[in-house]
Amino acid sequence: MYRIISKRVLNKAETTLEMVVEAPLVARKCLAGQFIIFRVDEYGERVPLTIADYNREKGTVTIMFQPVGRSTQMLAELNAGDSILDFVGPLGKPTHLEGLKRVAVVGGGVGCAIAYPVAKAMHAKGIEVDMIAGFRNIDIVMLEDEMRKNSTNLYITTDDGSYGERGFVTDRLKQLIESGRNYDEVVAIGPGMMMKFVSLTTKPYGIKTVVSLNPIMIDGTGMCGGCRVSVGGETKFACVDGPEFDGHLVDWDELIRRGAFYKNEETEQREHVCHLTGGVRRG
Amino acid sequence: MADMSPIKNPMPEQAPELRNKNFFEVALGYSAEAAMKEATRCLNCKNKPCITGCPVNVRIPEFIRKTAEGEFEEAYEIITSTNALPAVCGRVCPQESQCEGKCVRGLKGEPVAIGRLERFIADFHRASARKDIKPATKKPEQNGHRVAVVGSGPAGLSCAGDLARIGYAVTVFEAFHKAGGVLVYGIPEFRLPKEIVQSEIANLEEMGVTIVTNAVVGRAMSVDELFEEGYEAVFIGTGAGLPQFLNIPGENLLGVYSANEYLTRINLMKAYLPEYDTPLRQSKRIAVVGGGNVAMDAARCAKRMGADEVYIVYRRSMDELPARKEEVHHAQEEGIIFKLLNNPEAVLGDEKGYVKGLECLKMELGEPDESGRRRPVEVKGSNFVLEVDTVIIAIGTSPNPLIKSTTEGLETNKKGCIIADGQAATSRKGVFAGGDAVTGAATVILAMGAGKTAAQSIDAYLKSK
Repeated sequence: MYRIISKRVLNKAETTLEMVVEAPLVARKCLAGQFIIFRVDEYGERVPLTIADYNREKGTVTIMFQPVGRSTQMLAELNAGDSILDFVGPLGKPTHLEGLKRVAVVGGGVGCAIAYPVAKAMHAKGIEVDMIAGFRNIDIVMLEDEMRKNSTNLYITTDDGSYGERGFVTDRLKQLIESGRNYDEVVAIGPGMMMKFVSLTTKPYGIKTVVSLNPIMIDGTGMCGGCRVSVGGETKFACVDGPEFDGHLVDWDELIRRGAFYKNEETEQREHVCHLTGGVRRG
Repeated sequence: MADMSPIKNPMPEQAPELRNKNFFEVALGYSAEAAMKEATRCLNCKNKPCITGCPVNVRIPEFIRKTAEGEFEEAYEIITSTNALPAVCGRVCPQESQCEGKCVRGLKGEPVAIGRLERFIADFHRASARKDIKPATKKPEQNGHRVAVVGSGPAGLSCAGDLARIGYAVTVFEAFHKAGGVLVYGIPEFRLPKEIVQSEIANLEEMGVTIVTNAVVGRAMSVDELFEEGYEAVFIGTGAGLPQFLNIPGENLLGVYSANEYLTRINLMKAYLPEYDTPLRQSKRIAVVGGGNVAMDAARCAKRMGADEVYIVYRRSMDELPARKEEVHHAQEEGIIFKLLNNPEAVLGDEKGYVKGLECLKMELGEPDESGRRRPVEVKGSNFVLEVDTVIIAIGTSPNPLIKSTTEGLETNKKGCIIADGQAATSRKGVFAGGDAVTGAATVILAMGAGKTAAQSIDAYLKSK
């Protein structure tokens, strides 16, 4: 069992949560870019989440998530002091940090939870980091202080202009590139559609673009092959070959389709849950 | 006087039309009477060829003699002196090519039903242990030496069991949330009830084996770090978990599964039980590509999950099917349709990316190839489409590269299998390996045999240190 040390809400709309979990085996070696798989209880799915932060001394790992599917909703019901049944990691390859001078890290929505630790690791290594964080509106803006502290420049955009600049992250990214920032690399983390468009934005400029994928998977060690993704015409397993890949080579339409494979089943399950009270309950 | 009946005493089974709708065990096991009767078919011959056919050298005639006498617990002691997992082996070993394949009774008629007897004895013991008729397994005296076992499948469990029995402090590291490896994620409930696996593992824990789940060696800690932490030897029994795909067009469409994923969702993640959240596609027509035991397991699971039509698509003929005859027979009884001499060319999808068919090419058998099996040759222009909504690829697995890529100096061959000698020693001092991680995908009992050999080698290695 893995104890939850603390829990907090990250945005005004209360759609994204942060949990600090006691998991010494994971905390001992994990690095930015890697992920864990959790299972709330005996009946739950195995769900991958990227590691948002860690504390080696305390043996804790921080995760951030949006309760959207059955399992993340079950997780959201837990509080500090409760325990998660399974919590395994670190999985996947860590973020590549060598030989970089100036990088743009682009986060979309809850993807900022994953983009922020990447920015933090780069910033700590002396890499100049422009962090571009995009949200639908002011209600879901999160981690502003953390991102500001761990980047050289922070740009926040909202789709409706209710906070920061009005527009998409791709608009801001394009302006920065056009204004002459010579990025060695762009890192994009967020929904598939957002990563696809960031990759399309950087392609004409020939800037290497790294994306972090989070497809459906079971084991996270290369065993099920459920997380396969086409990269440059080759099939890769996101869990062991990734989760980070060259965004210019990813088959985005396939990735987005595969991510929605169980949407119908998920909807059914949610209806079960919300039947009477609207709460998440089992049995 | 031996019972000279030329056929085995039959073992009752669930009727096919009933069992293909549930996940309860297919074979129901012998009664005490049937077991004692079958045991008298053993001639107790001098050469004991059956023992040479067993990878873990179970003293077969001895345990059968005790069974005939009704001394079931003594029979159990004899079996478990060399085999840590008898209830498992009695069910999933290919006895026809091992112990029973060597039985002299098989020269004229059917061999003694050694597998069924082993199963009976193990089940009898488990049932009586539950009732506390027999005291729990005694914890052996500790010798103070620590050994790490990576992977809790049949190789790892048998290695751990043998080492614990002679006093080693053994820790088994498992990447999944549950121990058992292929016994829990791969082999379905109806062939090997998971309760049996859990009880065999509980026996090991009672003997003092520590099992750490959710521990991915190669990520959370390296093999070298295990030594730093004070383990004096490491056994790698990580199996062959990496699924192979066909590399044909359409393999990433929605509804194409590796057999590993499909079976894991059902067996480990219990997709067949309503209280579990594991999603699985509600398929109507399924093609399983491949002809081995895993393909049979996937097909029979698919039928039980409610598919109307389940096909086995295999490029050679019935004679070349690598699956055990008994499994093929059971699959046929349960209504699985065998589409033999067909080679998949492409998976076809609809406009939303979901599987709608499997395009195949008919084959005919030509000259034998290097494996001795007749080589399938394409029949030009014979393409046709099998209308299915789900395709399961069961054409084999290879060893997981995670350990290899994080352990310096550990040599592997072209196929990614760890190179180990006959004594399970690898190119790294103190590191031993066995099972599918060394051989590529093989059987449970061969893996157990390798685990056993490794345990002896580790003992000899640590005593010489």
